Amino acid sequence: MTDDPFIVAGVELPSRLIMGTGGAPSLHVVEQTLAASGTALCTVAMRRVDAATSGSIIEVIDRAGVRVLPNTAGCRTAREAVQTALVAREALETDWVKLEVVADERTLLPDPIELLDAAQQLVGLGFTVLPYTNDDPVLARRLQQAGCVAVMPLGSPIGTGLGIGNPHNLELIVSEATVPVILDAGIGTASDAALAMELGCDAVLLASAVTRAQDPVAMATAMARAVEAGRLARRAGRIPRRFHARASSPVEGMAVL
Amino acid sequence: MIITLNGAKAEIADGTTIADLITDITGEHRGSAAVVDGEVVPRGVWSMTALREGQQVELITAVQGG
Repeated sequence: MTDDPFIVAGVELPSRLIMGTGGAPSLHVVEQTLAASGTALCTVAMRRVDAATSGSIIEVIDRAGVRVLPNTAGCRTAREAVQTALVAREALETDWVKLEVVADERTLLPDPIELLDAAQQLVGLGFTVLPYTNDDPVLARRLQQAGCVAVMPLGSPIGTGLGIGNPHNLELIVSEATVPVILDAGIGTASDAALAMELGCDAVLLASAVTRAQDPVAMATAMARAVEAGRLARRAGRIPRRFHARASSPVEGMAVL
Repeated sequence: MIITLNGAKAEIADGTTIADLITDITGEHRGSAAVVDGEVVPRGVWSMTALREGQQVELITAVQGG
């Protein structure tokens, strides 16, 4: 859809589906799902080198021709997240970062205080910051004021597949956003991704919904179509919801039978 | 000489640079970076930065992640 470009920080991304690579059973599956999803951007995590590991996720991503978005997954404090972003910048030669600062392992919900602190520091250090955030319109506003190039509210907690818990909050975030809104986390199946787009999100970021599906490649295809369908529906303008029925066949001209 | 590499003692040759260490362990430079004694070392100085006895080195790379 060339008349509807998706642009983040001045870069046009040809797909509105952003893929996480976590949870896939193998690099081979990552490669297949990247291709099936049609994505142009995918995330990686930063961890200690493990000499026992064979194959490189970066080789797979480079081969797929997909831009890499390092994350700060696992970080609990702004300090850890900033250090991780600095490492990722040297390792991957990109200043783009998916900023994640979570409060605890059980919910993996963002810690808003640490998140905003980290976002401010990273913007100051010249990073292009895409923060994973709560579905809180006020926090989203603060992150934009801090200079983030996108906001990425959750639909529901990471890996739950519970879909979009608070669609109204997402609509509020979208309604006043000055940067792209990317639904990040909680997607379980294709209809969740379509709903995110129908609510006005600019893109969807998901991992587990594809990588942990019974057939990850088929689900990647489903997500690509759902995101595209949801975007088309959003732009087409849905009919208002009505309390009572409204016939689509003419009410005049009924024969007397 | 002995350094601490990702939390474990490791013996490396005197004069080993960060670039050497990353190449030795990962086979390439792309995708990895080093933190030495808590400081992230810029890629541009890896080949000029020799490691010293007792330093704490974290060698970090990209892995699959959400």
